Amino acid sequence: MIYNEDFETLPREVLETLQLKRLQQVLQKAYHTVGFYKKSFDAAGLRPDDIKNLSDMGRIPVTTKKDLVDNYPFGLFAVPMSNIVRLHASSGTKDHAAVVGYTKRDIETWSELMTRCFVAAGLTKNDVIHNAFGYGLFTGGLGVHYGAERLGASVIPISGGNTKRQLMILQDFGPTTLCSTPSYALNLAEHGRAAGVDMRSLKLRVGIFGGEPWSDTMREQLEETFDIKALNIYGLTEVMGPGMSIECIEGRNGMHVFEDHFIVEIIHPETGEVLPPGEQGELVFTTLTKEAFPLIRYRTRDLSRFIMEPCRCGRSHIRIDRITGRSDNAFSIRGVTVYPSQIEAVLKGIKELGPRYQLIVDRVGTMDTLEIQVEVNEKILSDSGEVKVLQNIEKLIAKDMKDELGISVKTKLVEPNSLQHLEGKVERVIDRRNIWPSEQ
Amino acid sequence: MKVEQISIFMENKPGSLENVTRILKDADINIRTLSLADTSDFGILRLIVNDVDAAKKVLKENGFTVSRTTVIAVEVPDQPGGLHRIMSVIAAQNINVDYLYAFVEKSGENAVIIFRFNDPDAAIDVLQKNNFTVLSGEKLYSF
Repeated sequence: MIYNEDFETLPREVLETLQLKRLQQVLQKAYHTVGFYKKSFDAAGLRPDDIKNLSDMGRIPVTTKKDLVDNYPFGLFAVPMSNIVRLHASSGTKDHAAVVGYTKRDIETWSELMTRCFVAAGLTKNDVIHNAFGYGLFTGGLGVHYGAERLGASVIPISGGNTKRQLMILQDFGPTTLCSTPSYALNLAEHGRAAGVDMRSLKLRVGIFGGEPWSDTMREQLEETFDIKALNIYGLTEVMGPGMSIECIEGRNGMHVFEDHFIVEIIHPETGEVLPPGEQGELVFTTLTKEAFPLIRYRTRDLSRFIMEPCRCGRSHIRIDRITGRSDNAFSIRGVTVYPSQIEAVLKGIKELGPRYQLIVDRVGTMDTLEIQVEVNEKILSDSGEVKVLQNIEKLIAKDMKDELGISVKTKLVEPNSLQHLEGKVERVIDRRNIWPSEQ
Repeated sequence: MKVEQISIFMENKPGSLENVTRILKDADINIRTLSLADTSDFGILRLIVNDVDAAKKVLKENGFTVSRTTVIAVEVPDQPGGLHRIMSVIAAQNINVDYLYAFVEKSGENAVIIFRFNDPDAAIDVLQKNNFTVLSGEKLYSF
């Protein structure tokens, strides 16, 4: 099923003509209203009207997460605050957070795209949607919510956490659709099994999973566990939130990017050059219709590739493959993107630690875990030789990390010079989750 | 009247202790007494040795996190109630024991208790006033 058939099935040339026209508008708008874009275009010797074709995209400077953080909180907004009706932010404190704003029309666009996602997933107004994405500054909860309401479905705004209650509602309210991170869904199933709930007999028929990378192996596991069809959804708070792309239930192979609202490119993570179709590289998004927070050539750091074959669902919009990694050291855990630099900043503030540390990401049962191993230094023993002093430092790290990242971590103090060295450098992140076991 | 203890940070894993004891053996350092405080992940090994400076130096050279901690050594007759007599005067002064460990002297007559108090000066004061033998470092290291 297709929600907006006119736009979602536009013939390629018409779609590209529309993209170019919208791109030219957004470039003008960004250049003339956002100081950052004027500066970056000027520095590149580029004027908005130099872009005559979509193939000129590569000449436009990219925007990075750092640019967003440097302009914290509202520096990249293209409209006055009086026109902003909603603010969201990516996780992290000031030094890492990107704040995004939406006009009334932006919210409408976002809702429509999220509705398109639900329809692509085969949902109608008769469905009941259990939305376990977090409500709050994170875009997951509200993004999904607005799309569900626009569709006319019944939405259960359960948000994250309180697994016992979620299980009760899954049984009693009979939702047909589960929206959550894939690892949380498996976690729910595990708790359900322990409580004697037959997850396969629930009314769920579709799962829409995103917020963290996952694999086809997990898809099989989710489909088997819940007796559902599991679909991959991808979006970023910085660009818009959930609803930028989704797998259709007909194809279930790669996520359609709604290209009437975004231009998506794949570039080489090191050279920055635009890669030929089908090659693996970093996703770069340009928003075509956002008013409050236009984003030009945003480097997502997420790695993927285009799937070039036409999809059986009839949409003309291009598909991107599962995210297979990051071009920086960041990783995603329980729906939260964690940058090693965030962790480093916390550790640097504690004088008894460092300088070396290592992050171990693992999956225990169905939950992702993060262990921070950090070397201690002389100062840790300076006073009494008491163990509780060290335990207090472990607790302090855990608390600071919770404040900074919003997730619980395990900390482990290790001996100086004991962390694994790789060509003289400590490997920052060891991801043992083995998310893509059969691929590459 | 304080004595020096070497504190070493160690991960709780096979081979950690062996590594320390080998380094000390190779440096010809004798351990008078020791205790190990541990959690599931790490521990602190506390040592009283015959040569504090040499032990600290050689352990540091081998990459260990080492510190010197001042503790108090009290000698009591090795008989029922020995430790209790100390504890009753300490408790009466509301002094807290952070940790303690003990050994018996070679002669077998006396036990030596190594204390870390939250207020060492007050502890020494009250112990001496009550005629306990608080050992000096030289005495302890050379047992």
